[in-house]
Amino acid sequence: MAHDAHHDHHSHDHEHGQAPPSDIALHVKALESLLVEKGLVDPAALDAIIDTYEHKVGPRNGARVVARAWTDPDYRARLMTDATAAIAELGFGGRQGEHMITVENTPTQHNLVVCTLCSCYPWAVLGLPPNWYKSSPYRSRAVIDPRGVLAEFGTRLADDVDIRVWDSTAEVRYLVIPQRPEGAEGLSEDDLAALVTRDSMIGVATLAPVARQ
Amino acid sequence: MNGVHDMGGVHGLGPIDAPVDEPLFHAPWEARVLALTLAMGACGRWNIDASRHQRELIPGADYLAMSYYEKWLTGLTKLMTARGLITAEELASGWPAPGAPKATPPLTADKVPATLARGGPANRDVVAPRWFKIGDKVRTRNINPAGHTRLPRYARGREGVIERDHGAHVLPDANAHFLGECPERLYGVAFTARELWGEDARAGDSLHLDLWDRYLEPA
Repeated sequence: MAHDAHHDHHSHDHEHGQAPPSDIALHVKALESLLVEKGLVDPAALDAIIDTYEHKVGPRNGARVVARAWTDPDYRARLMTDATAAIAELGFGGRQGEHMITVENTPTQHNLVVCTLCSCYPWAVLGLPPNWYKSSPYRSRAVIDPRGVLAEFGTRLADDVDIRVWDSTAEVRYLVIPQRPEGAEGLSEDDLAALVTRDSMIGVATLAPVARQ
Repeated sequence: MNGVHDMGGVHGLGPIDAPVDEPLFHAPWEARVLALTLAMGACGRWNIDASRHQRELIPGADYLAMSYYEKWLTGLTKLMTARGLITAEELASGWPAPGAPKATPPLTADKVPATLARGGPANRDVVAPRWFKIGDKVRTRNINPAGHTRLPRYARGREGVIERDHGAHVLPDANAHFLGECPERLYGVAFTARELWGEDARAGDSLHLDLWDRYLEPA
């Protein structure tokens, strides 16, 4: 990269005894410094963006939506009619969740979400996508071999279950409402939310039965 | 464009590597690239469609070899230079050109929560003709534009059924090239897996894509 001669004056945190930063890390640091010097970027804004996705916006948001849908039939009905509005009731929305649709798994129907063309993902309810979701193997095969993809995640569906694959080709984002696990009767909404995994809301996993106490 | 990014249905790209408890970022620079991309987007010199298209323009062999945030970094760098926010000389030297005026960052830390909470809705409150209604049979057009499109190759020239009407949405095919938003009706379209992949596909399985008016014709 073109920055090689100029790392030093931008590099502040390289300490002796640690592995030196990679070329790309140095390059990104130099680029950030340039953009700050030009007045295009506020480094505190970068910190705030990162903090948002590290600590505030993640799959726990989606799990709250799912748990509410399981426990409140009126909420579930609103979710199925206008998911964006129903999700906003819980305080979630915004970037990469502007136009939400929820799709529900049933004993005979399973849903799987992918973006074959890039990496579209419902950030507002699931946070930033895992690496595999953005990878070529997942993007290429989810549409042509969904059962093979599910098998790689250790997920096997009964023979009579139809799979609906949602390829996120526009700005509409999809959230899977997994089936409520067996044995979860009587659990509170908070306890139910704790059972809901990110992968089950993408559709590569189902939820295991809850062990009886 | 018929790039390698349009990979739905391709075989041979390897097993899915999904480690348990993968960190959100694999290195601090990935987080900075994510944040830089969002922050520079606030300058208003491009849009999300142009940003996606810029990443599609990465040469195919590089696209497949690069990590995700390397693609973002490459796309961002190209956009910033192409749209005049930085010069190639500044990129090479790491310093602003002598005498270059200093801007004021459009996105400051205090604005981040509201900006992310607002997002960038793509629906538009315009009267867009509704050429299809729910339940209509449609055929996707066989288009192969050299520019940006969101009709994947695997779903071109195929029959499906309109299952949802999303209203008017910004048209990526135009917006990515700075030709205006040109909002058009966007529909949810259902295809049987057999229509897309042939007789070996399982009966009952289906695929669902969001497609604009211009990608569709009556079947």
